[in-house]
Amino acid sequence: MDSVGNIIMYFVIALSIIVFSVLTVTTNRILRSATYLLFVLLATAGIYFQVGYEFLGAVQIAVYAGGILVLFVFAILLTHKPGEKTKPLDSHKRWLGLSAAIAGVLLCAYALISQCSVAFAKQGIVNVDMSRIGHALLSTDKFGYLLPFEAVSVLLLACIIGGIVIARKR
Amino acid sequence: MAEQYSYLLAILVIPIAMFLFLGLMTTKLSKKVAGTLGTIGLGACLIIGYTAAITYFASGSLEPIKVMDTTWIDFSQIAEGFSINLGIYLDPISAMMLIVVTTISFLVHLYSNGYMDDAHLIKYGHEAEGLAKHGFQRYFAFLSLFTFSMLGLVLATNIFQMYIFWELVGVSSYLLIGFYYTDPAAIHASKKAFITTRFADLGFLIGILILSYYTKTFDFDTLINGSSSALATMHGTTFLGCSVLCWAMTCIFIGGAGKSAMFPLHIWLPDAMEGPTPVSALIHAATMVVAGVYLVARLFPLYLIAEGSLVVITVVGAFTAFYAAAIACAQTDIKRILAFSTISQIAFMITSLGVARPEYHEGVGYMASMFHLFTHAMFKACLFLVAGAVIYRIHSNESSHMGGLHKYMPIASIACLIGCLAISGIFPFAGFFSKDEILVAAYCNNFWWGAWMSMVAGMTAFYMFRLYYLVFWWDTPDYEAHGHHVPKEAPLVMTLPLIILSVATCVIGFLPFSDYITYNHEPLHAGHNWTVIISSTVIALIGIGLATALYLKKNDKPGKMQNAAPSLWTAAHKRFYMDELYMFITHNVIFQNICRPIAWFDRAIIDGTMNMFANITNSASYAVRKLQSGSIQAYVWIYLAGAVLLAAVAIICLI
Amino acid sequence: MELTVLMYLIPSLIMFGCGVYGFVTRKNMIAILISLELMLNSVDINFVVFNSFLFPGQLEGMFFTLFAIAIAAAETALALAIVINVYRKVKNVDIKEISKMKF
Repeated sequence: MDSVGNIIMYFVIALSIIVFSVLTVTTNRILRSATYLLFVLLATAGIYFQVGYEFLGAVQIAVYAGGILVLFVFAILLTHKPGEKTKPLDSHKRWLGLSAAIAGVLLCAYALISQCSVAFAKQGIVNVDMSRIGHALLSTDKFGYLLPFEAVSVLLLACIIGGIVIARKR
Repeated sequence: MAEQYSYLLAILVIPIAMFLFLGLMTTKLSKKVAGTLGTIGLGACLIIGYTAAITYFASGSLEPIKVMDTTWIDFSQIAEGFSINLGIYLDPISAMMLIVVTTISFLVHLYSNGYMDDAHLIKYGHEAEGLAKHGFQRYFAFLSLFTFSMLGLVLATNIFQMYIFWELVGVSSYLLIGFYYTDPAAIHASKKAFITTRFADLGFLIGILILSYYTKTFDFDTLINGSSSALATMHGTTFLGCSVLCWAMTCIFIGGAGKSAMFPLHIWLPDAMEGPTPVSALIHAATMVVAGVYLVARLFPLYLIAEGSLVVITVVGAFTAFYAAAIACAQTDIKRILAFSTISQIAFMITSLGVARPEYHEGVGYMASMFHLFTHAMFKACLFLVAGAVIYRIHSNESSHMGGLHKYMPIASIACLIGCLAISGIFPFAGFFSKDEILVAAYCNNFWWGAWMSMVAGMTAFYMFRLYYLVFWWDTPDYEAHGHHVPKEAPLVMTLPLIILSVATCVIGFLPFSDYITYNHEPLHAGHNWTVIISSTVIALIGIGLATALYLKKNDKPGKMQNAAPSLWTAAHKRFYMDELYMFITHNVIFQNICRPIAWFDRAIIDGTMNMFANITNSASYAVRKLQSGSIQAYVWIYLAGAVLLAAVAIICLI
Repeated sequence: MELTVLMYLIPSLIMFGCGVYGFVTRKNMIAILISLELMLNSVDINFVVFNSFLFPGQLEGMFFTLFAIAIAAAETALALAIVINVYRKVKNVDIKEISKMKF
């Protein structure tokens, strides 16, 4: 049985995820879209906090909300005039997209509800402490993540160089 | 025993090495060097060949010797000891063939040094390039290739090796007939020769396959001695009324008939005369064309079991002998006359093998055939080289451009007379001995075969002396008026082979052939048959006399005879329309009625089906091309729709 | 009342649906990228939630999400660099306008 605060918190998070996700893809101002995305990302971080992964939530806020979103905003400001509205969508395309999305969602929802409703109840929060994460991230044992860690570091380096090469003025 | 002959390998290595060297260095070597090298190489072969043959005959034992036998392709999983071998086989006939091939080849090499001079080659092309520039070197390379192939054929230890070299001599013959490649007639002749003999070789191959299917061996020794049970099986199994062995041997004979220009596969040989004359002497008179005879002789014990095929051989040989002799009487091109004479003489050998049976006069036919092969090689090569010497001076093949040459070219004239006397069968020249043995064999088999062959022998005497008189006597044209130089004797390098061959023709008849070369390696003891000797000499003298009466001095009797039966003369001159018949059959019957429907079927049905598939694919691709829009959003939508559909199916079916 | 795994998965599912809709319908390249981020994010939530509810003692889902965030950052940076480069060339970020390399 969860505490009332937890449940209220959950509803706030779930509601904001749903509402802002919909707004993100339906608004016709691109800067607003980015802003709504920020709220979605923050709400996601909230979920992470709620299930006990504080570190992950922090990363989500720092990297996603702080880093990626700023990139988006920069890119938008570089390519759009302030207040510019996007062109209206093709109606047939909108219906196609809408039908596909809704069909997918309904299908998955049906599968989830028919299969998962009983089985997976929460078994209690296990808070993960930082030292465990640190050890796992830099160990080479089983459940150690040194290799992916290094791979991602190389990837990021490559990505920085690539980004510079692609975007610089010639 | 075998090790003692191991140097025989060199006889194969030298010519092929010479071929590669001369062939690759064509543009680098001068003519003199190339000619000398080729001749020296062949001289070495000559020495080796003579040493081996004389050692073999002098050793006292005539048992076959396998000097070498290396497995090339192993089929032992099919049957024990079944393999294709390459090796060297020495027995009386291969030793004899060694002498023939190396002698003639050497003399022809020597002769070609003179014959293939610049003036001759320039006739066939621009002075500074092509034939005139490098033709000489190429020619010697080809001659070496031919010698290699022919020696390989002769020394083959098994029938498959023989087949390989059989094809190789075919190729060398093709290359040498088409040597004057600027002349369309030569190109057509080379193609004709190759296709005809190749066609016949199909029969040879089928025969080999049938034979080896039953006996599980290619080896001559095993075929002849070791597999009597398999042969009995073959003899017992019948197909269309004949035993399988009979079919196999007949098929093998078809290959031999193609190479040896037996009717109806003879059409290539007269045209092959488009090649250089020394080549005609070497390949198309002395060596390659007798490969068919050699093949039959090599497998003779098998033919003795399959007597039906021997009858076929006799009939084909006897008919061809007469047919070619009849044509030879009406030809005017001197090389054509010699070509038909060659066909006729080879037919003599074939007939001789066909009529040979152990019970008739101790199987004299086999020995007679080989003897005639030997002597014929000498005197026919001599005659061809004489023709070459004449052509060298006159620059024409037509007998009407010649005449009275005995005054200008005495050596050639005497050589030609000796050759003609030999081929007519006059004592003491070589042909007398061998031809008489053939006639004896024919009379022993059946009187009518003997009478038939005697008649052909008479015709031979007639047409050969007709040739001799037309070239060397008859009427002397005004040589200077035609813009020619007055003909004179050919250079020494060309007359020397003529002299050697003439002398050989005079003496080789006395060789004790019957002691060495017989079908069972036992000396013959049968005495002479005086009736045959006298009758054949008389018939030959009648033929010579007739020719002398008609052609010694220019007169109008031949013209009158010609006019008396113009259609017969034209038919004989046109070779009894065999080429036209072939033309008609291939073009109007096979091409029109068989090949054309097949070609239509190939284009319309087979290609059409394939094209239909291609067209359907093509139009389908055009139809779906728009799907490949490059728009990732469309891709994602399609992907998503597919995923949803699949998931829906999964949910409906599984949950 | 108890918070079950389903209660976390449903918002994530709706987020994913919105991402799909946006990705398929939007014309603006940056908007498409934003939709992409939505989808990625919803997948991250799934990892974390399954990890947390089904295998509470382990960290695989969490690490997977961690790396996914890092890679998403890289991917976004590159994609935006490309978008800006394209904008320089065609003065537009509309995906329909970039059809020069099509047939």
